[in-house]
Amino acid sequence: MIPGPFAYHRPTSVKEAVGLLGSLGDDARAIAGGHSLIPMMKLRLASPTHLIDLAAVADLKGVREDGRDIVVGAMTTQHELINSELLAKKIPILRETSLLIADPQVRYIGTVGGNVANGDPGNDMPAVMMCLNAIYHAVGKSGERRIAAREFYQGAYFTSLEPGEIVTAIRIPVPAAGHGYAYEKLKRKIGDYATAAAAVVLTMQGDKVASCSIGLTNVAETPLWAEEAGKILTGSTLDAATVKKAVAAAEAITSPATDGRGPAAYRTKMAGVMLTRALASAKSRAGT
Amino acid sequence: MAKSQISLTVNGKKVEELVEPRTLLIHFLREQLNLTGPHIGCDTSHCGACTVDLDGKSVKSCTMFAVQANGADIRTIEGMANADGTLHALQEGFREMHGLQCGFCTPGMILRAYRLLQENSNPTEEEIRFGISGNLCRCTGYQNIVKAIQYAAAKLGGVPLQEAAE
Ligand SMILES: Cc1cc2nc3c(=O)[nH]c(=O)nc-3n(C[C@H](O)[C@H](O)[C@H](O)COP(=O)(O)OP(=O)(O)OC[C@H]3O[C@@H](n4cnc5c(N)ncnc54)[C@H](O)[C@@H]3O)c2cc1C
Ligand code: FES
Ligand code: FES
Repeated sequence: MIPGPFAYHRPTSVKEAVGLLGSLGDDARAIAGGHSLIPMMKLRLASPTHLIDLAAVADLKGVREDGRDIVVGAMTTQHELINSELLAKKIPILRETSLLIADPQVRYIGTVGGNVANGDPGNDMPAVMMCLNAIYHAVGKSGERRIAAREFYQGAYFTSLEPGEIVTAIRIPVPAAGHGYAYEKLKRKIGDYATAAAAVVLTMQGDKVASCSIGLTNVAETPLWAEEAGKILTGSTLDAATVKKAVAAAEAITSPATDGRGPAAYRTKMAGVMLTRALASAKSRAGT
Repeated sequence: MAKSQISLTVNGKKVEELVEPRTLLIHFLREQLNLTGPHIGCDTSHCGACTVDLDGKSVKSCTMFAVQANGADIRTIEGMANADGTLHALQEGFREMHGLQCGFCTPGMILRAYRLLQENSNPTEEEIRFGISGNLCRCTGYQNIVKAIQYAAAKLGGVPLQEAAE
């Protein structure tokens, strides 16, 4: 399978990359790791005539602290997320999630920016970023703007990015020290996208939940932030009755497709099961 | 479409070539450099038969354009044997432990295992299995591939071969 022809550009700055995307118009596409885009190009589901490779833009790399946030450059690979000491200490859910994405080869190359900007509901990072209340830095011709992950996803492969804009970094508020977290993903095999998955970040005060945020992967056209379910759990002891109520609230906002991963009703139920497991795991990891 | 000039290092040799931007790295290696060790199994980024080592990463060369590899340092199975022509410990391990049957997956398995051992010289069985989870084998059932990698880890770590083979 050979992709259609295109011209290749390798800018070295964000300004140059955005300039190229702006001037070359609709047929120009950014390429990061290419591990979502190249398979699409081989199938001719995408046929860009210009590819703007972001690999040589040094400003898009790396993980750094900025006040109370951690800022992850868009071109940081999943492999680098796994190996970041800073993230392991401050936002360990990113490591747990990265290890559940694809396989080692894909993780060496696939980037976090490509994962969140792609807009495929099967990608794992978007729901985690919604759960963490991350902010995406987007740069276009007219400068930089910041878009909340929770407002970024509009439909399958349809995001709030304007034509010609790229995601340069992801800004994540560091969750409170001692927070509990978990990403639980049901997949048929290694390298598969989620049948359903749930991300949980919570804090406990004594035996009560002080805060709880939940994201769901691949059970709708977009990743989901299960706000209501999180509210139901806040103040509770994560007792079985309240968990059941919250799980029902989370299941209620799903609308998965029936596909090779199972019928819609099954995938909704599996989202509930993943959430139940993620809550238990997050609780066991939380300090009080 | 105009061709692009790329220069890279492949198995220790400098290479300068013209490529069409849409040429996939696997096709460049196999058809332009005649390195037919890396195989095309699935062509959909799943099987790992096309795996090569690129700048310290295991890469599925069916899912990268050759132009993206401009400037890179690449190793394929053709570059695995020791300088004196003897087999690399991994190649020897696959032979000794029957880590292959048809051999189709083997170049990718060995290149992936090479990087795994660079990062973790003494992996557990579970770490090996997780580490090669991007490489599919239709023949062996993986058991002997795991043993072959254990053999190589032991040999590279200086454990006497007799024990490594047990
Ligand atoms: C076998 C296989 C299994 C996989 N399994 C999973 C999985 O389980 N979970 C999962 O989440 N992913 C999975 N993936 C996808 C993988 O993680 C991709 O690497 C990732 O989705 C996209 O990252 P990329 O850097 O490769 O982006 P690319 O493929 O380069 O780009 C994807 C899209 O995003 C756009 N884009 C890229 N970077 C930016 C940017 N900075 N700003 C704006 N737009 C941008 C591109 O134009 C393109 O439209 C799998 C891939 C393969 C091949
Ligand atoms: S041929 Fe590249 S992964 Fe199968
Ligand atoms: S030995 Fe035949 S595919 Fe692995």
